[in-house]
Amino acid sequence: MTTTLRPAPAAPPPPVRRARRPSGLHVGDLAVRLLLWGYAVVALAPLTLMVVSSLRPEAELRADPLGLPTAPAFDNYARAWVDADFGGYFVNSLLVTTGAVVLGTAVSVLAAYVLGRYAFPGSELLLGYLIAGLMIPIRLGIVPVFYLFDSLGLLDSRLGLVLVYAASGVPFAVFILTAFFRQVPGELAEAARIDGAGEFRLFALVMLPQVRPALATVMLFQGIQLWNDFFFPLVLIRDSAKYTLPVGLTAFFTEYGLNQSLLYAGLVITTLPLVVLFLLATRQVVDGLTAGIGR
Amino acid sequence: MVRTERLTPARRRAARGLPPWWVLAAFLLPAVALYTLFIVYPLFSALQYSLYSWQGTQRTGFAGWDNFAHLFSGVYGDRLWRAFGHNLAFFGGTMLVQTTVGLAFAVLLRGTRTGRRFLQTAYVLPHLVSPIVVGYLWSLMLSPQFGAVNAALRAVGLDALARPWTGDPALALPTLILVNAWQWIGFPMLLFSAALAAIPPAYEEAARVDGASGWQAFRHVTLPLLVPAIGIVTVLTFIGNMNVLDLVYAMQGSQGAPAGATDVLGLLFYRTAFNNPDPGAIGQASALAVVMFVFIFGISIAATRVLRRGEARLR
Repeated sequence: MTTTLRPAPAAPPPPVRRARRPSGLHVGDLAVRLLLWGYAVVALAPLTLMVVSSLRPEAELRADPLGLPTAPAFDNYARAWVDADFGGYFVNSLLVTTGAVVLGTAVSVLAAYVLGRYAFPGSELLLGYLIAGLMIPIRLGIVPVFYLFDSLGLLDSRLGLVLVYAASGVPFAVFILTAFFRQVPGELAEAARIDGAGEFRLFALVMLPQVRPALATVMLFQGIQLWNDFFFPLVLIRDSAKYTLPVGLTAFFTEYGLNQSLLYAGLVITTLPLVVLFLLATRQVVDGLTAGIGR
Repeated sequence: MVRTERLTPARRRAARGLPPWWVLAAFLLPAVALYTLFIVYPLFSALQYSLYSWQGTQRTGFAGWDNFAHLFSGVYGDRLWRAFGHNLAFFGGTMLVQTTVGLAFAVLLRGTRTGRRFLQTAYVLPHLVSPIVVGYLWSLMLSPQFGAVNAALRAVGLDALARPWTGDPALALPTLILVNAWQWIGFPMLLFSAALAAIPPAYEEAARVDGASGWQAFRHVTLPLLVPAIGIVTVLTFIGNMNVLDLVYAMQGSQGAPAGATDVLGLLFYRTAFNNPDPGAIGQASALAVVMFVFIFGISIAATRVLRRGEARLR
């Protein structure tokens, strides 16, 4: 793929043997490269500034918002983690996100297996029912969720968040996993049946390993979304000891609004796990984001 | 996007060995129960709530369409239309900036070999950051006195362009739209990249052999093939923008400062439901939820239908 795009169609049709034309010599190419790398700077500069500022003392930051750290001030992190309780928020986010991803994926993979492998009366309808949530703004159900949780004693509880998050992940997980279960060759199942495997053994020992890459994609993508979610904990959690990171941030910004370097440290703490995860599993994240396109 | 497939031969073959119903139920029940209880049931409850009048958390009687009528009248009606207008501006601005630039970058990246992976990663990275973090980060950077943006403008001699970006009612909404586009740009880019990868390069090459310029080949060969992807991006952008809340909450607070200039439907809904002295709040918030639900889900379904018909014609 060496297509070079020209900015304007002014010139007469260029010669066509593209493959032989050495790339990188044209003015157009240079402009394109400048544009692409220029936007990379725009995309990365705010994140870089966030990290750099989190390492600078408050006084320096006020004097010159754009400078580099003279001596990295890690005590911003220590103060955010301990004084502003980011340690607690972090643990809550970790518990809620992992719990919801594990539960949501577990129930989804079971359903997706049956819906992907078997046709029975109502199976199409059931699949449609489960994946309709992909296009439904589930936040709009928050008022009834609030009163449902109130009656179940789940208000102000991390378990409640886990349950509603796990349920919210079902449409996407079922959508992706059903497609993958369909692609598993039927001979595999038949061989296992001849060996005398029951349905549950067949699922656990033969089918589940076949969809492992899709499972990873689904879990990672769900994890990112839930780690970042703000609205459900904002409404459903009142006790600040149970805040997740995004809600903890809002409390933090109201309380420490005048201490910028501390705020930057809080932002980095909230963001870091995702960036690490992303860099470890770019392929999987990209698959999750582009799921359903170009298939 | 949401696509159920017809019976493939493989599934029909599998159907012959259909397990007993209780095995099927054991596999299906956990997901169906969880999803029904925490997603579907609340959405239907909201519809029911919206038809009753409320005193605090006490249901006091059937209200018919009163809650809905209240939404569109008086001061509340003004706020509703204002918020709706801001959502539409958000959608329009986002489509214009983020989708066109995302498409351009996807096309340009296709022809780039050096550093393509790095560039893609760089563009997508902001998308992974929580919208709350993005909002607070930009509100710090855009702060009039200590913000990095104005400091950078002054550093390069553009003092005249330094502004109170989020404090000026005329600038606040466009600023939010740009920040939102900064965060989201990687998303359409990735979707378009995936769609482009599915188009055989031979198509454009054939057009080039016939004498088309690079632009003409793109415009008349590749772009029409991207229409389904553009449609999907449009629907997803629409859903996202109609639900926008986190970013605005972080940057402009729950009231959509300054003076409601950045109020959106998501914030209005949140305030109506959970930040409202009115004893009938539950009914009214539920009515707003129903209206938003019908609007967003209805348009998405209709758009997807049209898209699928268009896609069928392309084949």
